[in-house]
Amino acid sequence: MLEIKEVSRYFDSFTALDRVSLDIAAGEFFTLLGPSGCGKTTLLRLIAGFDQPDGGDILLDGKSIIAVPPERRPLHTIFQNYALFPHMTVADNIAFPLRMVGCSKEEIEHRVAEALDDVSLPDKGKHYPDALSGGQKQRIAIARALVNRPRLLLLDEPLSALDAKLREQMQLELIKLQSEIGITFVYVTHDQGEALALSHRIAVMNRGTIAQIDEPSRLYGFPNSRFVADFIGHCNLLAGKVEQVLDNRVVVALEGLGQVQVILPTDASIEAGMACTLTLRPEKIRISSNLTQDEGEAHFKGVVHDMLYLGDVTVYKVELANGMLLEALLANSTSGRARFFEVADQVEVAWGFDAGHLVMD
Amino acid sequence: MQPRSWQKKLLTLPPLTYLLIFFAVPTVIMLFASFRYTGEYGGLAPWYSYDGGTLAFDLTLENWQRLFETDIYLRLFFKSILYALLTTVLCILLGYPLALMIARSPRRHRDLLLLLVILPFWSNFLVRIYAWMIIFSPSGALTHMINSLLDVFGMAPISLMYSATAVIVCLVYVHLPFMVLPLYANLEKHDVALLDAAQDLGASRWRRFWSITWPLSLPGVYAGSILVFIPVLGMFAIPDLLGGTDGIMIANVIKQQFVESRDWPFGSVLSMVLTVAAVLAVLLGAKFGQQAGR
Repeated sequence: MLEIKEVSRYFDSFTALDRVSLDIAAGEFFTLLGPSGCGKTTLLRLIAGFDQPDGGDILLDGKSIIAVPPERRPLHTIFQNYALFPHMTVADNIAFPLRMVGCSKEEIEHRVAEALDDVSLPDKGKHYPDALSGGQKQRIAIARALVNRPRLLLLDEPLSALDAKLREQMQLELIKLQSEIGITFVYVTHDQGEALALSHRIAVMNRGTIAQIDEPSRLYGFPNSRFVADFIGHCNLLAGKVEQVLDNRVVVALEGLGQVQVILPTDASIEAGMACTLTLRPEKIRISSNLTQDEGEAHFKGVVHDMLYLGDVTVYKVELANGMLLEALLANSTSGRARFFEVADQVEVAWGFDAGHLVMD
Repeated sequence: MQPRSWQKKLLTLPPLTYLLIFFAVPTVIMLFASFRYTGEYGGLAPWYSYDGGTLAFDLTLENWQRLFETDIYLRLFFKSILYALLTTVLCILLGYPLALMIARSPRRHRDLLLLLVILPFWSNFLVRIYAWMIIFSPSGALTHMINSLLDVFGMAPISLMYSATAVIVCLVYVHLPFMVLPLYANLEKHDVALLDAAQDLGASRWRRFWSITWPLSLPGVYAGSILVFIPVLGMFAIPDLLGGTDGIMIANVIKQQFVESRDWPFGSVLSMVLTVAAVLAVLLGAKFGQQAGR
């Protein structure tokens, strides 16, 4: 439905976007994820029309919208600080886009009431935005943007001003709302947890380009680069070199550790001698004082360097023979027990050949 | 540390004292004077006499009656209010685009532009009025230009000097910065995201101005209007120098009563009416400003 073709944007000598291409399907919850300065907000402003690309094209339903001014594009934006009009009541705020297209008074009244119902704030119509809480402002901003059924809703870090509890609640509401009304959402965030929780698909952006586009679980499980692996969730990055390519496994020599077997990735062509990185999620690592080695398993000795008690899990940092700190998680399934090991304990760590994912450098 | 309430009260003492001595007390004296008789050589006659053991107050309502004897004073009041309103409206029309332009210009240019707005304050008020006298003079370039244009169309030549037009033009010129500065202070604080949001929701440039910028700037408009309206209402120097008989305002008559006619009581009556008008204007402006600023 929304096609972004080779779009570039330069600010003086800074390249904000470098030939970015994207294809967003109708009804999709699509997220642009990346660190600040990666170009995600620039891309959003280009889609909204507040800025013009220096190259490339943006098509909505097959038609270029580059020449269409923002006020005539069939899409709305949710701004970071909601941008509710402070001098208008909530009802007038929601009625604003309807007034702009000249709806009749009765229809406006009817649809404003409906929109207030949709966001479960039916009795706030006469209030001014000042009198609302952050979460309520957020909902009114959403009601205002959805009241005249745009083709597309752009959301610019809409939850960043809320506290953690409320954010989680709003995330659930957003998912529900999006699936109910079926409008395509393009969501911008730097919070990878939020992106994983909300999206159908995520485009991870870095330095004005797209690093990877995929479903959340595939992004997490099969990152295509060190950057993506590191940016999404916690990840151990172990540098190494390809020794031998077998049928469905690769033998990798990890720097200062020795050989391990890794499942053969399908998304890269691999030859012996190539430099690579093994990306290994902390929850995939077994940690114990005494482990038996299974077939194809990597197995190393280490010393507990420090630990972080997080309530549901404890994170252990284990110092390996090559001096690197490996992060491993243990679920705290026993109440009242914060740790299984102490700092400076000798431990053994192990992971299966299918636990990690290999990326080429 | 939170300031204690007596500390807060202490801080308000100097301005309160100042206002009491230099505003409240003179106003009461003026009000009192409006009920007294004129002295033999001008000034005020004694307000009581002590004659053989009986005390008599020499107070009168005559001065106030005089105000309503002819309609000349009320008409002059009305005309002055009209001038002040016209000046205020013209200041809004000229000052608003300027303030908006400065508020929207790049941050590094704003200080310079504001400096240009207040630059006229660096020269003396009277000097600037004399400058306008030169511009308006019958032999001045402006008059020449207008009259030669009128001549082309076969119309009679006009004189700009000593006219209501000259007074209004100069009143607007002198008070324009008082409109621009509060307007700028207001407009500069506007959140540009609101305009983006309005545009995003389908508002054209024109609609964005009238539904967002203008209503949000009303407190600034009212503040500027008060700052222009009140001094214009009491202005006598400009009509004195540029107005001739045509452009005279109420303050000229007040000045006349005190300086030339030496009729202080009647001058006090006119002053009181002017003060009440000004206070009413402030209250009205504050009320609207508060409503708009909510």
